[in-house]
Amino acid sequence: MKELKQSIMVFVVMTVLTGLLYPMILTGAAQVLFPHQADGSLVMQNREVVGSHLIGQSFTSAKYFNSRPSSISYNAADSGASNLGPTSQQLITEVKNRVQKLRAFNKLPSDSPVPADLVLGSASGLDPDITVQSALLQISRIAKIRCIPPSSLKALIKRNTIHSFLGWGITRVNVLKLNLDLRKIHSHCSHG
Amino acid sequence: MTPTNLAGILLFLIITTLLAYPLGEYMALVFTDQKTFLTPVVQPVENVFYRICGIDEKQEMSWKTYAFCLLLFSLVSLIGLFLIQILQGHLPFNPEKFKGVKWDLSFNTAVSFMTNTNWQNYAGETTMSYFTQMLGLTVQNFVSAAAGIAVLIAMIRGFIRKTSNTIGNFWIDLTRCTLYVFLPLSIILALILVSQGVVQTLGPYVKAHTLEGKTQTIAVGPAASQIAIKQLGTNGGGFFNANSAHPYENPTTFTTFLELLSEFLIPVALVFTYGAMVKERKQGWAVYWAMMALCLVGILTALYFETQGNPILKKAGVAHGTNMEGKEVRIGVMPSVLWSVITTDTSTGAVDSMHDSMTPIPGLIQIFNMAIGEAIFGGVGSGLMMMIFYALITMFIAGLMIGRTPEFLGKKLGPYEMIMTSVGLLSSPITLLIFSAIAISLPAGLSALTNHGPHGLSEILYAYASTANNNGSAFAGLNSNTLFYNLTLGFAMLIGRFTTLIPGLAVAGSLAKKRLTPATTATLRSDTLLFVVMLISVVIVVGALTFLPPLTLGPFLEQLMMHAGRTF
Repeated sequence: MKELKQSIMVFVVMTVLTGLLYPMILTGAAQVLFPHQADGSLVMQNREVVGSHLIGQSFTSAKYFNSRPSSISYNAADSGASNLGPTSQQLITEVKNRVQKLRAFNKLPSDSPVPADLVLGSASGLDPDITVQSALLQISRIAKIRCIPPSSLKALIKRNTIHSFLGWGITRVNVLKLNLDLRKIHSHCSHG
Repeated sequence: MTPTNLAGILLFLIITTLLAYPLGEYMALVFTDQKTFLTPVVQPVENVFYRICGIDEKQEMSWKTYAFCLLLFSLVSLIGLFLIQILQGHLPFNPEKFKGVKWDLSFNTAVSFMTNTNWQNYAGETTMSYFTQMLGLTVQNFVSAAAGIAVLIAMIRGFIRKTSNTIGNFWIDLTRCTLYVFLPLSIILALILVSQGVVQTLGPYVKAHTLEGKTQTIAVGPAASQIAIKQLGTNGGGFFNANSAHPYENPTTFTTFLELLSEFLIPVALVFTYGAMVKERKQGWAVYWAMMALCLVGILTALYFETQGNPILKKAGVAHGTNMEGKEVRIGVMPSVLWSVITTDTSTGAVDSMHDSMTPIPGLIQIFNMAIGEAIFGGVGSGLMMMIFYALITMFIAGLMIGRTPEFLGKKLGPYEMIMTSVGLLSSPITLLIFSAIAISLPAGLSALTNHGPHGLSEILYAYASTANNNGSAFAGLNSNTLFYNLTLGFAMLIGRFTTLIPGLAVAGSLAKKRLTPATTATLRSDTLLFVVMLISVVIVVGALTFLPPLTLGPFLEQLMMHAGRTF
């Protein structure tokens, strides 16, 4: 039957063309033109991969700028979100807990509203950014624990700020970049 | 809803239209076998392709042969993709050593990609080898989209040919679409995406030692090549589970703009292709404005409600109640909403935020966009075809009102065309409503829900609206990788695909045989504002009549409950 033979041949040739040649040629071109990006924009320190600029990692300790909640705990072998809806009991309970913890952690007044991104989970579970408000909110905590003047932390955030353009993207900082820069600032703590 | 947001949206729509117009004209040249600037490069490849596959370039097909080739090719694709998944454990390019995919999931995924739906019951980075992603899924991203465009082009030929028994050659339309349109655009887009940070490597997953002293395994892969065609072909199946919300799939604000642009580009361009092919560009513009008006209403409604935030979150201490659940900071609220509307208008189904976590009214807009058959620009090919169905119904109703035989583009519409149009328009709503009713009546349907109360109903409605119209996006809280959902969603996708495309070809075949009726002063013209308004009304009335009851019990009710502070 002519049509069946044609179907099989078109399927096979298309598979070779769009499934093998096309991605292989692109991989080659990408590896030559943009090797850093094609391999995942990885960050190296002392010949060791410490992460990727694009992939969020978990920051929960007091001495670092903290990242957003993640339903997959920043396990980058996977990705995904809570998928809890706006009237989900579970979501609201979790958010209430996170708001309280955040206020206590940063010594905020018990009635102060907190930035949405710090208490609500991202879509990928790997969001590398937080909003500038979320970064500013953490200054006093980090300044105290690292014995750095708040003004230099403010300057650090300003240097790392990426701006929104006509509603595209929220004005933000990349948490890993910010924390890598933070480590470079000399601490004035007497106890080291 | 701020002036800044509105300016951002307007900028997006204008740039898309400016790029789509020349692309539409270019595609008209490609499908009428005329010389383009790419002909010298592509034609030699094309000729070799035909020779290897035994295709006669001069052969024309009747609508039945055309449909038969479409069905056979789809069947071969289905079996091929099914086998690749089952056997991936024994195939190369599998650095993470993934085992073969289970049979029911393989069936669902094979149907999903072959029908241009790209519903994902699997997580790419934990299930599929690079071999499956490239030689299986990427291939279907190309050919299922090309098949959709091929069928649309055949339908347009039905209007422009006179007393003809043929409507083109399926193999040639499929091949030309892939070689002249998809491959060049994909190569350009993929390279831009890599430059911005989308990964493209065959290497294994990366181990990182984080600043806080933990180990993080980072999934990578040949993603950019697949994402480019995933967007351009209104496919939507992500390389990664989080789709275009994943930072390696959509790393920057600029790529958000670019990826959204590329999923909108060809559906808009095809409207202009249609105008160019029927040699009355005003016809194309009339359809463009009808679609754009519906699109804008959807965008503005969804954006208004989403930017109001969630009053329950506000009470819990979240500033302004801003709903950042399931959204990324580099993308933001406006682009998340805009994307969710465009991805359901077109049949793309790629997501850059989690639709399940949006407030109820944007969810309603998304379900409505899909449920009316994705006629607002729609999937590549199938969308415009659906709008032409609506246009035929509009002419039929108008014809009844003024007591004349209805015609469209000079072709008289008879009972046969109207029956086929009704089948094309009504089969997916019927499928969606019946399957949803079954799912909410069975434990196997309900046990998959993440959310309860009215939102649970929305989750199920969304799933069947998405699959019966070959969209592929999801209220992803529905844990649908179960035997029940793999099979019912799989069948919904099959019905949705072929009960649209086959009636479309039947209409084309019947119209191609007819002669042209010269226009008189009494002819109802289809390039006027009056027609545009009537067309929009028909779409809204058909959609509202069919879906008002379930939408009231799902998203509408949830909106009221949310403002009353009720949780489930």
